[in-house]
Amino acid sequence: MYEKDGEKYFVVDSHMHYWDASPENWVKGAENYAEGWIDCFQAYQGLGPPETHWDAEHFRKVSEEDLMKDVFEDGYVDIAVFQPTYLKEWYREGFNTTERNGSLAEKHPGKFVVNGRFDPREGDPGLAQLEKDAERWGLKGVKLYTAEWNNGSRGYKLSDPEAYNFLAKAQEVGIKNIHVHKGPTIWPLDKDAFDVSDVDHAATDFPELNFIVEHVGLPRIEDFCFMATQEPNVYAGLSVVIGGLMHARPKFFAKVMGELLFWVGEDKMTFGSDYNIWEPKWQVEGFVDWDYPSDEFSDYPRVNADTKRKILGLNAAKLYGIDVPAEFQLAGDGTPAAQDDAALVEHGADV
Amino acid sequence: MTDQAQVLAALDAVRDPELDEPVTALGFVSSCTVSDDGDVQVRLRLPTFFCAPNFAFLMVADAYDAVAAVEGVRRTEVVLDDHFASNEINSGIAARAGFAESFAGLANGELDELRTDFVRKAVLAGTDRVCRPLLAEGRTVDDLAVLTLGDVPQSSELDRLRARRAELGLPASDASALLVDATTGDAVGVEALPLHLRRARLTRVNTEANGSVCRGMLSHRYGTRGEGQLEEIP
Repeated sequence: MYEKDGEKYFVVDSHMHYWDASPENWVKGAENYAEGWIDCFQAYQGLGPPETHWDAEHFRKVSEEDLMKDVFEDGYVDIAVFQPTYLKEWYREGFNTTERNGSLAEKHPGKFVVNGRFDPREGDPGLAQLEKDAERWGLKGVKLYTAEWNNGSRGYKLSDPEAYNFLAKAQEVGIKNIHVHKGPTIWPLDKDAFDVSDVDHAATDFPELNFIVEHVGLPRIEDFCFMATQEPNVYAGLSVVIGGLMHARPKFFAKVMGELLFWVGEDKMTFGSDYNIWEPKWQVEGFVDWDYPSDEFSDYPRVNADTKRKILGLNAAKLYGIDVPAEFQLAGDGTPAAQDDAALVEHGADV
Repeated sequence: MTDQAQVLAALDAVRDPELDEPVTALGFVSSCTVSDDGDVQVRLRLPTFFCAPNFAFLMVADAYDAVAAVEGVRRTEVVLDDHFASNEINSGIAARAGFAESFAGLANGELDELRTDFVRKAVLAGTDRVCRPLLAEGRTVDDLAVLTLGDVPQSSELDRLRARRAELGLPASDASALLVDATTGDAVGVEALPLHLRRARLTRVNTEANGSVCRGMLSHRYGTRGEGQLEEIP
């Protein structure tokens, strides 16, 4: 929890990691990819305040003690959601698997939500694995990389029939939240890997599932926003938005937030630190202090403590069924994670 | 004799298709050398090891074409450094091979459609750059609906918008409507205008925020100025 100026905030970090990118875990022959990937992540850390930058060795692999201190003790986080990233072509034991995350979560009951993953191209064995993982870890969510390369396939679409089989299975085993990575990726080469139209179709056909588009489709925020206004069950995952822009590019941070608040709405935006690219501490502190820097932004929706309560924790808590004590609830009216903001375009489209 | 300034001027016309800005201004040209005999070598760099290879390929190919067209240039070499697909891209460009051929088995198509999609976004973003000052001056949305390109005061942003529209084959003459659908070229009616302008602003915010992040990553990665690099407008 975080408290400032008498206002209390319950913090759910809805997008964070526990990776091992140390050289010992690099696949032989793929070292340049393994190193390139983690160096690229570390360059993003460069967009945070200088005093929060780390050396490469620490960045590549944090200890359990580091994580618990950075996220919970120093970082104000109440509940953290582990999002896995496998990348087994480059990292021998995987970059950040459900098992690795889950083993840490089991040592600290009540602190973490463990999310899984699936890949529709894995067919029946993949479906069986999803069922097993759901049972083993009590999955409520999954993280998907639609642009991931797999045995000669250059990515898939969430709207593919095979993907629908997996979404149906996910729903059947109790998964509610589908986090889709629409952000910096490599494959497929000749298409736009950031295209979000597949999420549009899947969200329509699976109204019981929530689709959280991580990194808000950066660098295609406009495509994401147009789509999100039409789909009540599509949410904006703010990982990278706060970490990458708030400190380094305050003017653009204000504009991007203003656009998201207008098109998507404060009920449908969720904070994620993307630890350990960035630590949550400065992001939570800075976001609670944040407001538009000048009159230039006067036609964007206003923000107040309740806006920040929803974004920092209450929206994600609702999506994951996390109980939030009364002292952290909204001061005014409102329904976190409410789905009815999607008609915004019809009645709010003034210039 | 060809000099470096001529080559850099040619490279000013090469854009990052996604950011709609010159590769020179963005700092992507790390060096540009011209020999007495007119042999040119250009080295390009990008903000990350994993920048999208399709856009990277387009920039290297466009840079090659732009340099080779400069009068007096005998031999052109354009090299992309420090990228996960440097080898494929550099050898593909050197062999004058297309994208699909350079990435045999990994890409089916060429990149024309992708490029067109992004020029459309550039038209939308440019629409905001041209219209926002008009609205700030006190013109209403209804006023804008009846303006033609010729009615708008001359500016570099207007030239840029016209050029992008012409690239797509959209109407771009003085008599053409200021506000047109970026796909069909039809004038946008008064009723649809507020949403159209909202979309234009969002598209511009996205492109410029993205460009800003790319600049930050590039500067963090290299810390040196590129040839012809311009400071970011705060």
